[in-house]
Order: sequence, then C-alpha cells, then structure tokens
Amino acid sequence: MEDERSFSDICGGRLALQRRYYSPSCREFCLSCPRLSLRSLTAVTCTVWLAAYGLFSLCENSMILSAAIFITLVGLLGYLHFVKIDQETLLIIDSLGIQMTSSYASGKESTTFIEMGKVKDIVINEAIYMQKVIYYLCILLQDPAEPHGISQVVPVFQSAKPRLDCLIEIYRSCQEILAQQKATSTNP
Amino acid sequence: MVLKAFFPTCCASADSGLLVGRWVPEQSCAVVLAVVHFPFIPIQVKQLLAQVQQDSQVGVAVLGTWCHCRQEPEESLGRFLEGLAAVFPHEPWLRLCRERGGTFWSCEATRRQAPSAPGEDQVTLIFYDQRQVLLSQLHPPAVPPDCQVGADPTSTGGLAAVFHTVSRSEALFRSDRFDEGPVRLSHWQSEGVEASILAELAKRASGPVCLLLASLLSLVSTVGACRVFKLWPLSFLGSKLSTCEQLRHRLEHLRLIFSMKKAENPVQLMRKANTVASVLLDVTLGLLLLSWLHGRSRIGHLADALVPVADYIHLMSPFVEHILWHVGLSACLGLTVALSLLSDIVALLTFHIYCFYVYGARLYRLKIHGLSSLWRLFRGKKWNALRRRVDSCSYDLDQLFIGTLLFTILLFLLPTTALYYLVFTLLRLLMVTVQGLIHLLVDLINSLPLYSLGLRLCRPYRLAAGVKFRVLEHEAGRPLRLLMQINPLPYSRVVHTYRLPSCGCHPQHSWGSLCRRLFSGELIYPWRQRSDRQD
Repeated sequence: MEDERSFSDICGGRLALQRRYYSPSCREFCLSCPRLSLRSLTAVTCTVWLAAYGLFSLCENSMILSAAIFITLVGLLGYLHFVKIDQETLLIIDSLGIQMTSSYASGKESTTFIEMGKVKDIVINEAIYMQKVIYYLCILLQDPAEPHGISQVVPVFQSAKPRLDCLIEIYRSCQEILAQQKATSTNP
Repeated sequence: MVLKAFFPTCCASADSGLLVGRWVPEQSCAVVLAVVHFPFIPIQVKQLLAQVQQDSQVGVAVLGTWCHCRQEPEESLGRFLEGLAAVFPHEPWLRLCRERGGTFWSCEATRRQAPSAPGEDQVTLIFYDQRQVLLSQLHPPAVPPDCQVGADPTSTGGLAAVFHTVSRSEALFRSDRFDEGPVRLSHWQSEGVEASILAELAKRASGPVCLLLASLLSLVSTVGACRVFKLWPLSFLGSKLSTCEQLRHRLEHLRLIFSMKKAENPVQLMRKANTVASVLLDVTLGLLLLSWLHGRSRIGHLADALVPVADYIHLMSPFVEHILWHVGLSACLGLTVALSLLSDIVALLTFHIYCFYVYGARLYRLKIHGLSSLWRLFRGKKWNALRRRVDSCSYDLDQLFIGTLLFTILLFLLPTTALYYLVFTLLRLLMVTVQGLIHLLVDLINSLPLYSLGLRLCRPYRLAAGVKFRVLEHEAGRPLRLLMQINPLPYSRVVHTYRLPSCGCHPQHSWGSLCRRLFSGELIYPWRQRSDRQD
C-alpha cells in the first residue's frame, strides 16, 4: 500500500511524504526535500564570476577567470555530492531494526541501520534552534549496562526538518510496529 | 516473534533439496548455509554435519526443505518432504518453495510441539551474499579479539551472530560439485573452490625467505645494541637525532614483517599488511627522489644555490656537493630517512640560531623576573615562597632606595633586551615550523594505513560498518523478502582504526600556554619526541 501527502518544513518549503506499507511488520517513510532552485544557483554563479572579473580588471591575469570557472564547477559538484540531500527514508522492520537512508543530489546514498535490540523507543522531542522552537523525531538507544538508561539519542530527518503534523503521522505508524515488537518480545 | 530466514543468493537457483544451516533461538533466526541435493543417504548427511560441527564449533543442522520446481509440488513430493521432517527432527521446520522462473517465493514454518501459538509463524526471507559475508569483518568487532576462540557472540547482537556463523562454517564450503563425495552440496563455492597459484607459491617461498631476513635483521639489531653505542656521546646523539629514531622505527617494522610468527587475528594481519605497504611506498618514493636528484646534474645546481647559505661555516663549503650526494643516496632506505636526515641537517646548520635564542631568552627571563620582583618592592609587597603567594612587607629606606634605582635601570634597558629576544625567537620559531612540517610529512608516511585504504577502495565489503536492507518486490499474502548488503566503513574511520603507531611527535603545548611561555621568556621545545616525554 502506498500513498503520498504534502507537508511543509520548518522554513516553509514544500515536503512530500511517501508512505509504503509492505507488510504489517514493515513500513517505509520517504521525505523528499525541496530541490536545488535555479535562482539561487544563478545568483551564486553570477556573484563569483563578477568578483573574478573585478579581480581580473585589477590584476590583468587571465588565470583568475579560469580559476573562478574551476572553483564554481568543483564547488557545485562538491555541494551536490556532499551537502544537498534530496530524499530521506526511514524503514522500520519489526524484529530486525530501523534503517535511515539519505540520498544526495548526485546519487550517493548513506545508510545507517540500528538493530531492534538496541532501540528503546521513538519519541518526538522539542528543541530550541536559533530563535525557533522546533520538534524533531528521534530514536532512543538502550544502554546495555543500565536497563532504564539511554545511551544515545539519534535524530531522524535532520535535513528535511518536517513540522509537527508530519512527525505525528510518522510517530503513530512507528509506535504501532514498536508495540507489536514489545508484545512479541515479552511473550516468546 | 517474526521468524527470519537468511538465505544465500547463490542457492536461489539451486535444485530442490534439504536446507542446512544454524538456528539461533534467541533471535528466532535461521541462517541457511547450504542446500543438500537429492539423492542422499540420511546417515551420510548426519555424519557430514557432525564433522562440520566438530571442525567449526557451530551448531549446524538440517533446518527444512527447499523446493525449486516447474509448477506446484505434486502430492507424492509433498508427502516425501513431510517424511523428511521425521528423519531430521528440527523445531521449527522450514519449507521454502519457489517456482522455476517465478519471482515470488512461499515460505512456511511449522512447529510440531507448539505449546500455545498456532502451527505457523510469520516468516521474513532475507537474502545475503555468502561470499561477501564470509570475507567481511564487522567494525566494531562483536567478539573482542582477546576473547576465547569458541565464544558465542549471540548475546551481543543478531546480525553479528549471522556473520559469525557464516565465517566459522568454512568446513562446510570445502567441497565443490566436481568432488565425488557422498553428499552433493550447493553453496558459494560449489562451482569451484577459489584459490590462487601466486598466493600458494608466495606462501611456500615465504618460509625460508622470512627465516633468512629475520636472522639478518636480528644480526643488525645486535650490532646496534652493543655497548659502544650506550656510551655518553653516542647515546646522546642517538636520542637527539631524528634520523636514528626513524631508522630504529623502520627496523622494528621490518622485524614485524619478517617475523616467523603467524598473525593471530585480523587486526594483527592488517597491521602487518599496512606496514608492508608503508615500507614499499617509502622505498618507492625514495628511489624516485634518488633518480630525480642524480639526473641532469641537479646536485651541482643545488650545491651552487646552497653555497652562500653554507658559507658561514667556511670549512664546509667545498663539501656541500658531497654531503648532498650522500643524502640523496640515503633515500634508498626510504623517503622518510632522507627527510629525517634533511631535518637533522637543518637543525645542525641553524644551531647558531638556537644558541642565540637561548642567550636572548635567558637574559630576557632574568630581566622580567627582576622587574616583577622589584615592582612588588615598589608597591611594598613581597613574594612568600613558603606560602606561594604575595604578602605585604615593610622595607627599610635604603632597601627601597636601591630597589627603586635598580628597577629604573632594568626598566629602561627592557626595550633593547625585548627586541633582541623577539628577533631571535621569531627566527627560532621559523626553524621549528620548518622542522615540524618535515616531521609531519614523515609521520604521515609512517602511519598511513595504505593497505586498509586500498582494501576499502577495491573490496569495500571486507571492511563493514554494518548492514543495509532493501525491500524486494512484494506481493500481498507472500512472505516479505529483503536483500541484506554490506554497508562499508567510511574512509575516516578506516584511517582512525588502522593507523600505524608513529613516532608520535605532537605539539606539547596549546596555543594559550605557548603564548604565555613566550611572554615570560621560558624556553620552548614545541615538538617533543615520544621518548623525550617519557624522560
């Protein structure tokens, strides 16, 4: 089962949430971030090239212009490969674990998998971010030494940053699966 | 709990047969290692499994049946498969079924002695690449390297148990389909066991070669450890010169490479391999430098450029060319040795700057000390050495008079001394920076784990940070199918985990304490060797 809804992030940009229910024990949530806008790309390129042309008119060295073109290209490739995240996915599989994938604009994918034995709970937390108070979804990891303690807090959807309404949808779905998991782990 | 069945991708096209593997009850997870094909004799299968269990300490058993046929299984085959469950009792009994040419699978798990739950569990199929899982190492390791060989890591994590099971079951994968054994198996090596002629030849040749080189190296180290070198002038020089330190370091590396002991665990093996790669890179770069230096009379040009610099020691100017030639020759031993030699030559040539810096610093420090003490006298205070604090004190008139006079003299001489100190300190800092950069480069070549980085680039599944799952095509009513792939370790963690221990010259002071020491005139030695720190 698959459906798609539109939400907004904390800055007002449009996000698309795609939910896929593969089975009662396996669900996937896919958040697509706003794409790289042509306007900002043009603005940055024009600024860099104007600055380079200004330096060229001072120094009369044509290496500055080729260096500016090279820097723009390398900077754009680096931005697309290392910074710009296109899509963030959360895959939750009952009794296996939770997997978070970030796909970059250049196609690179970076994945983290947390085993279900280490997951204590999934909660929505409040945080103060500059002048705003934002909500974020995070996974609480169990401390092996202390059964009631928390060893680490792993935030999810860090670059998409959806608002509370989107987070509540995802939270409810995840809690259904975690409840199943807790029920089966207590009654083997 | 959902039952997880780990199935190797190489067996997905195998003929029907029995599933052989390990059942982990704590995680409700069945790891399928191989498929035994019809026809077989149950006694022989049981003997094979007992032998594998003895060799590998892994509890291998028959887990169920695998059916790969053209259409739905016939009645007789169905009853035959049920009969097998009686011959090989196992709880729960898996029945995997796949249509030839179809994409969807069916999987059932039945328990005969289920106390309360109904007869069937929900099953999730997870496909894994057997060869990659066999060869990969998880970071951080689930079982610490100093743990017992037969220790069971199931308590540490479900996926670590899967990796452990597959990597320990090598005994099961030794036979391929060309062997004429009693039992026909399908696994990742059933198309032919992997081996390499070069690796086998290298293994045969390495024994005598290592013995010879190890004896040569022990001879060299006994010569180096003889009593002559422990006498005062030579031992002092040996500890101060970075070339001797680097040569000692390289000798230790070579002894590690050519030692007769086999590497006990993967970490030691990686360290050996990284050391070999580091030494090879060093010698290659050194030989490149040598060929560049000795070609087209470059040494002559360099010597002409350096003559005015070396001119302050008039005795040395005829010998500059010879010195450079010998320095170039030392590059055969490695680029690091040549660089350490260069750093030592720079230190020796700028020894006069160091001397003047020490004179200037000591004078300045004396002056600052005197000024602060007389300033306290000026205000009527005294430094209490016993209590380590400033106390008030009543001075006599003549003490005050002399004190004020001396204070004035020292104060007006301060600008001159401070300027001398500033100039010599800046020159010394310049020399220290140059030496520090050379040492950083030497450290980089010494400690970079090239073999691990190459492995991460060419065979990323060998160094695993974890796993990742992909959901395959799904149909309602069929079991969920996932593909498990290895998530490789990021490059920064590879470098961090497998860094070779280096000479360890780190800056001793932070920027704040360095500035404070400079201001008060204390002598600074920013780059301390590790051996100096232990003194």
